[in-house]
Amino acid sequence: MPRRLGLRVVALGYLTVILLAPLAMVFYRTFEHGLEPVWQALSDPYTLHAFQVTLIAAAIAVPLNTVFGVLCALAIVRRRFRGKGLLNAFIDLPLAVSPVVIGLALFLLYAPRGGWFGDWLSNHGFQVLFALPAIVLATIFVSVPFVAREVIPMLRELGNEQEQAAGTLGANRWQRFRLITLPSIRWAVIYGVILTTARCLGEYGAVAVVSGRIEGKTETATTRIDDLIQNFQTSGSYAIAVVLAVIAVLVLVLMTMTKPKEGAV
Amino acid sequence: MSIEIRSVSKRFGTFTALDDISLEIPDGSLTAVLGPSGSGKSTLLRIVAGLERPDSGEVLLAGEDATRLTPQRRNVGFVFQHYAAFKHMTVRDNVAFALTIRKRPKQEIRDRVDELLDLVQLSGFADRYPSKLSGGQRQRMALARALAAKPRVLLLDEPFGALDARVRAELRDWLRRLHEEVHVTTVFVTHDQEEAMEVADRVAVLDHGQLEQVGAPAELYDSPASEFVLRFVGDAVRLGERLVRPHEVVLRRWPSDGAVEVEIERIAVLGADARVDLAEGGGARLTARLRRDDLEDLDLARGEIVWASAEPFRGLASAGDAEAGQALG
Repeated sequence: MPRRLGLRVVALGYLTVILLAPLAMVFYRTFEHGLEPVWQALSDPYTLHAFQVTLIAAAIAVPLNTVFGVLCALAIVRRRFRGKGLLNAFIDLPLAVSPVVIGLALFLLYAPRGGWFGDWLSNHGFQVLFALPAIVLATIFVSVPFVAREVIPMLRELGNEQEQAAGTLGANRWQRFRLITLPSIRWAVIYGVILTTARCLGEYGAVAVVSGRIEGKTETATTRIDDLIQNFQTSGSYAIAVVLAVIAVLVLVLMTMTKPKEGAV
Repeated sequence: MSIEIRSVSKRFGTFTALDDISLEIPDGSLTAVLGPSGSGKSTLLRIVAGLERPDSGEVLLAGEDATRLTPQRRNVGFVFQHYAAFKHMTVRDNVAFALTIRKRPKQEIRDRVDELLDLVQLSGFADRYPSKLSGGQRQRMALARALAAKPRVLLLDEPFGALDARVRAELRDWLRRLHEEVHVTTVFVTHDQEEAMEVADRVAVLDHGQLEQVGAPAELYDSPASEFVLRFVGDAVRLGERLVRPHEVVLRRWPSDGAVEVEIERIAVLGADARVDLAEGGGARLTARLRRDDLEDLDLARGEIVWASAEPFRGLASAGDAEAGQALG
């Protein structure tokens, strides 16, 4: 067998066993008895609510982390300041720390008794834990790195000569950013946004700890999958899993499509 | 508009880029700032544009203090060595940039851009992206872009440095002609003495962050203020105790005051001129450049002994003159 073919077989075989087989199994189990039970499972009001919670969390986390990611990347690439290395390392923290640990940390911080923030908030009548705010916070936390990580190398490669040129041509700071920097890094931003969205929709660990997982209230799509399995309502959990998997595949396709082709501007 | 640089200094960490530079650039002139790499010439230009802040000193534009102004408020055109083309914009949008952000009427922008594209001979390229242009075309686009808002000063940082020799020669000519047409006060930075001498009507020579000399190209060549300038703006040979230009060396068959006895090692005819390699008694070598007629009148041959002098005693004394002596080490 030619060497190159051998390598290909190994790579594809590995991916099939590790990635494709489980995914295919979920699809198979879901559609085993046709479309009707899937449709029924997805129209369950609690399931719909779980999707709604996930989407709300993503709708808040993605724009926030996009703005923060771009600002952070600009600061890290363009500015010199003390603690820059620390900031650069901190951005990756959510990737390094297990989501469950993040969930626990948030839990402790916002605990109504003894938590640094929780004490104050509960005294003023705000409930964070076991409510939407905790889910949003956890989602924001885990999806921090992606935009910055995509934009930083792009900014480095871009350099700042174009911005300086725009400055000599009369552009103020905002015009330089809007007309020169942003269009130049747009692919990196879009790519980062897609990754961030995927991460937000798929978040489980941190949310599982802080949300309380109350049916129809604080369940997210991912935690509902788990909750339904615990209650032996497998068809419902399969259906949600399939929806999330389809979204993931769409994200992949979108990413491949948006990646600028070799040599394009 | 005139530019006045008053005792400007700039350090980067422990490196002194500019050391107390004062330089006046008259209105409408075409000035070259010439120096080897690391001489501080680009830093000086960037300070005039506002892209760098001097540690001390002042920059006056048209007599007004501009030291604290941001680049966007100085109204200077700046051309970068690597073009700094806006890659995501067409040639037209690049050139129109300064006018677009000033919110000029559409028709006015269109007309002005057409006029500029015509000036830089890029009329047929308006809708292309910079990535589809050659280096020379990109630099002409950058020039048109810099000129769009009618800047008071045009600054060019090694504008032809990244181009190949033929295009470079073409663009030099073209810059010269452009200056005659547009008459904007122009300063360009270069490390190429030929480029500076050929294009500029004034040349400022910088070395190690210090201004060595300012003057017309002929002035620098004929009466250099330091050994550095002498060596940098042309060939120099050592004749006895002095540094002179090869073409200033005069050969005679008889001794005279200050003449040095030399042996002819080689004669090479180069068109209208001839190069004569000479060896002094002590073993030191030098080269003289003679006109063919003179060479034939002298009827020289290899191995003959002649006397070399430089008249009318131009050049720098390398001993005795404290500054030059120090430079020689």
